[in-house]
Amino acid sequence: MEIVRSQRNSLSVVEVVPTLPLYRSAPLLEVRLEDFELYAIDRLRVLKGISDGLSRGKKPDEMDKLVDDLWKANMRHPQTSEVINKDIISHFVLRLVYCRTEELRKWFLSMETTLFRYRFRLESSDVQRALMTEFDLPYKAVGNAEFESVKEKLIQVARSIVPSLSSVDTIFYKVPFEEVPELVASRRVFILKGNAYVAMNQVVSLVVTQFRSHLSKALVLTNRKWTSTIREQEKDRLTPIVEALSTSYLGPDYSQPREFTEISLKDIDQVAKSSFPLCMRHLFEKLREDHHLKHGGRMQLGLFLKGVGLKLDDALAFWKAEFSRKVGVERFDKEYAYSIRHNYGKEGKRTDYTPYSCQKVISLTPGVGDHHGCPYRHFSEENLRAALGKMGVGNRALEDVIDKVRNRHYQLACTLTFEAVHSSSCDAGINHPNQYFSDSQKILESKKTSTM
Amino acid sequence: MTREETENGRDDMQIDGCETEQMQDNAVPDGFNANYLKVYYGKLFPHAEIFKWMSYGNDGKHPACDHSYFGRREFSFTLDNDIYLRFQSFNSAVELENSIKEKCPFKIDIGPVYSVDPAKRHAYAQAGDNVFTPVERELVFDVDITDYDDVRYCCSGADICLDCWPLMTVAIKVIDTALRDDFGFNHILWAYSGRRGVHCWVCDGKARRLNNEQRAAIADYFRVYKGNENSLKKVSLTGHGLHPFLARSYNEILKDFFEENLLPSQKLFSNEERFEKILEMIPDESITSELRGKWQENRRSSISKEDINVVRWEQLKHVLQSGKQKVQGLRRCVEEIVFSYTYPRLDMEVSKHMNHLLKAPFCVHPKTGRVCIPIDPNHCEEFDPTTVPTLSKLLGELNMGGLKADSDNGILTVKNLDLYNMKCIWVFYFGKVDLLIQFWEITTYVKVIGDQMIVCYLASICFMN
Repeated sequence: MEIVRSQRNSLSVVEVVPTLPLYRSAPLLEVRLEDFELYAIDRLRVLKGISDGLSRGKKPDEMDKLVDDLWKANMRHPQTSEVINKDIISHFVLRLVYCRTEELRKWFLSMETTLFRYRFRLESSDVQRALMTEFDLPYKAVGNAEFESVKEKLIQVARSIVPSLSSVDTIFYKVPFEEVPELVASRRVFILKGNAYVAMNQVVSLVVTQFRSHLSKALVLTNRKWTSTIREQEKDRLTPIVEALSTSYLGPDYSQPREFTEISLKDIDQVAKSSFPLCMRHLFEKLREDHHLKHGGRMQLGLFLKGVGLKLDDALAFWKAEFSRKVGVERFDKEYAYSIRHNYGKEGKRTDYTPYSCQKVISLTPGVGDHHGCPYRHFSEENLRAALGKMGVGNRALEDVIDKVRNRHYQLACTLTFEAVHSSSCDAGINHPNQYFSDSQKILESKKTSTM
Repeated sequence: MTREETENGRDDMQIDGCETEQMQDNAVPDGFNANYLKVYYGKLFPHAEIFKWMSYGNDGKHPACDHSYFGRREFSFTLDNDIYLRFQSFNSAVELENSIKEKCPFKIDIGPVYSVDPAKRHAYAQAGDNVFTPVERELVFDVDITDYDDVRYCCSGADICLDCWPLMTVAIKVIDTALRDDFGFNHILWAYSGRRGVHCWVCDGKARRLNNEQRAAIADYFRVYKGNENSLKKVSLTGHGLHPFLARSYNEILKDFFEENLLPSQKLFSNEERFEKILEMIPDESITSELRGKWQENRRSSISKEDINVVRWEQLKHVLQSGKQKVQGLRRCVEEIVFSYTYPRLDMEVSKHMNHLLKAPFCVHPKTGRVCIPIDPNHCEEFDPTTVPTLSKLLGELNMGGLKADSDNGILTVKNLDLYNMKCIWVFYFGKVDLLIQFWEITTYVKVIGDQMIVCYLASICFMN
């Protein structure tokens, strides 16, 4: 492949904004082709670090530090004047990289929004207010009389978040609750007749909502431009870089079964015992026990099995064998078969769904009667100990695992479990249930061949 | 032999009521079958009202009306041979009615309003991405009593009785109050799901246009119950105080319900297995063993007149809330127990996504034969699922002809005013008639003819933006 050097690349128009840009439109900047790629890789390191932090269940104050550190470590530039340009350029390059599929867009949107959120939190309140003005948010602070009338409730909310609170913010913005979904979801605002009372220290949520919706729309537009013109125009220059960037850092998505392809139904119990991570083992056992799993469980296990290499026909047979014992063959065919074919992209919008990653599994919120989610996160310690014991995790290792869980390092806990069960190290760590499976199979395979 | 003949599907079933006979002779055997359903859809199902409701004013002459609106709504039919017809759409009330009568679905589900006619979605699929997407949908909630199996001892699974049904009543009260007072919604329809739960349709324009993220936020706002069988604590209340919404729910609804109703009716402390389940939620060994000791000892000696469940609950509260317990977490325990046993458990997935289907009100549940009638949230404690009209009861009344308003026992069944030249209208209503008029603002839809009354329940939410 030809390497093009120092090509002038002007993307399009716009102004440059101080310290924390809103990325409203692509910059009118000249970029050297090497920088194009290097900047993007640096930013990707930041986003990937954020992604890891989130999947470990880091708390907001830990994320504050993490984001700050990641940013300082990767996004510096020897020339101060170039720092802001690097920020903007790298963002727009990654937009190109991550606009191309729904999955990529979702990941990028989520990571960039998180990055923006924590950078905004680090700014002084003056800068924050300036940024709010820049977003042109139409909200006014709540007046004195109104504040007094709801003061008690506002204090009640504040106390429910921070136990030892002596005084409450006095500046509140009254906004339609739809504008601050994350504050509503976690009950961190007082809501009255459709309006949420947002404290000054929570405006980040308002701004983030704006940021997110703007970026989300922009990504769809970028994708259109990419497919209609850019990809073809840049096929010798940017396109190869763009295409390489998205795959090299996210890791495989396991939507297609890999090396060990195909497990057959008769082996499945054996394989489940030897190579399923705890989350899948638990679902699998519950299914065998109850002959039923609720929607969340069917999705998590079903897509995992698909990634493991269970063919559609086998998957149908597998689920049918269990469910029909509980609900009968007819109801299975009527109510459940559709969604299995759906997962394999044979129904509905015909998307071939990808198996859940650890990050996704950890973020799930299982409810009554559910068995999905990450056991390291969702089990009580006692139940987790019992489950690990059953997997054959010895005492010492078990304590290590529990220790990781207490610090909310769920993937590390899973990695330690893997190592204990296989008596073999796993340096890369576990990031995906299907990775757990394939790594496990690799080890078992090599053991088999070495004893032969 | 009349009974058998009817069951075998006589379709000349007497329905016009011109022969006045004794009520017993007109009684229709219990059950659910396609023939009954045909009569129901032919004579009783409120097709026009459903159309009017789902049109939200877009069926009028006003220039601002979007005449494609109703036609972009997905209906889904489940036929008796288990064939599932998704993405049905209709351009008029007549089309809707004819299709329902012709296909005679065992179940009708209502989906979202899409950007384009869902029946033609394949034609748009070629045009490019995302043309066919949901654009509007009522905010819906589904509460199902099977999710309460770990806190009710009277029934399990799909069974319900008057001892556990009040859990549904409490769910209605908590959710309904918050939807109105907190979120500012006004047009809310509650309906019996026909068997073991309730559905809620929030119809305000603002609610219909919420995106998935906003829907999920509301659902999460309502979510307190986080556990499954693998986590000890089902409910975790953090912080020093409760959020105003939870505090209000607790003080105004849950606490009294738990102490006065659930505690004695489910006998929550009556034996070791049951009280152990509650003790598990207290993270302090010395307290639990103190209480356990007390309760195991006086098992036989307690001849006091007071209900043992109430006594033990008071003891537990006393120990946890006495001045000795400095630890905030332990005081919080009492609330956590009450929340665990009484707080509404929503099926979150139903509420989170625009394109989730939900069974239409006024359907008949195939297993119970009961009609999915609306429930008035202001009088929800009077609702008794065991006396809900069934298909066979309705057909029996239809056979008798005329109008029967039975407001004494709380059900108003208005129908069949003039079988010869007027389409029959009926509506079930729970509660007092004058309250009904007050409650549903649109009184124009309550016509009074002599001392008889036709009430259209659905009409009140038809017009709302």
